[in-house]
Amino acid sequence: MVDSLIAAASVIAAAVAVGFAGIGPGIGQGNAAGQAVEGIARQPEAEGKIRGTLLLSFAFMEALTIYGLVVALSLLFANPFVG
Amino acid sequence: MDTFFLSKIEVGSHLYINFTETLHLHGETIIVSTIVVSIISLLLILGTSDLKKVPGTFQNLLEIIYELVKSIAITQMGPSYYSQFLPFIATIFLFVLGSNWAGALIPWKLIEIPNGELAAPTNDINTTACLAILASLSYFFAGFKIKGLGYFKRYIKPSVFLLPINIIEDFTKPLSLNFRLFGNIVADELTVSVLCSLVPILIPVPIMVLGLFASSIQALIFATLAAAYIGEVIE
Repeated sequence: MVDSLIAAASVIAAAVAVGFAGIGPGIGQGNAAGQAVEGIARQPEAEGKIRGTLLLSFAFMEALTIYGLVVALSLLFANPFVG
Repeated sequence: MDTFFLSKIEVGSHLYINFTETLHLHGETIIVSTIVVSIISLLLILGTSDLKKVPGTFQNLLEIIYELVKSIAITQMGPSYYSQFLPFIATIFLFVLGSNWAGALIPWKLIEIPNGELAAPTNDINTTACLAILASLSYFFAGFKIKGLGYFKRYIKPSVFLLPINIIEDFTKPLSLNFRLFGNIVADELTVSVLCSLVPILIPVPIMVLGLFASSIQALIFATLAAAYIGEVIE
């Protein structure tokens, strides 16, 4: 009984972790991409440099979502509270 | 259901090699990373053994990689110190890139092992933790080598009350490096295997290509961050 309660709570917690972790980086990446497009429109010759920096900063923002994913995965596959 | 074994994924099961009573090694990680290291060394030795003034295709490729790593090191560490740490940055970049791509490009699922499955070595959190600890040890080493005991001054910059935060930062840096690489690779493999279990043909291919792209970016990020941490200490 306790184990199934923990399992249910873990599944919900995993979903919440990934879901909420997606919000912030989503907004951030949208902002960054918008600014980059603006930059390219203003200065098309700088496109290569802007794209490189944009991809690099995307990966940093994506890392935040990935932290949530790591928490969710450890809750699902390596749950420390079960057994 | 026998045809679906290719899309099966095993999380948390490993091919244990029992070293002593309490020390277990993850066999599949060791096997794949040994293969990756030998492939990379073989390519580099073959490519650089016969250098020519006018490079052929293969030498050109290696020169592109060298220029890339060198530009990372120069932009992060400055032109006067980069050459001391270039081998370390290049090693990290090549190993991470090689192991990420090895997991995606080589059909490991065709080789059956008794327990666990062969996959990218960076799929195991121990590999990424080891790389992250190496990166943080190397910036301590760089600080002591170039600044001597003056290295400790950076803990009370820009002011004394930031001391606790600066100390915490020493722990969060390897932790975030570790989770970033591990999470990205596991997320890739999970997405591909979930899609494979739904539609085994054609549909997962774009996601696999995206995964290849993302894992090369991750290798770039890992090397850039390791270089940036060193550069921050020695500036």
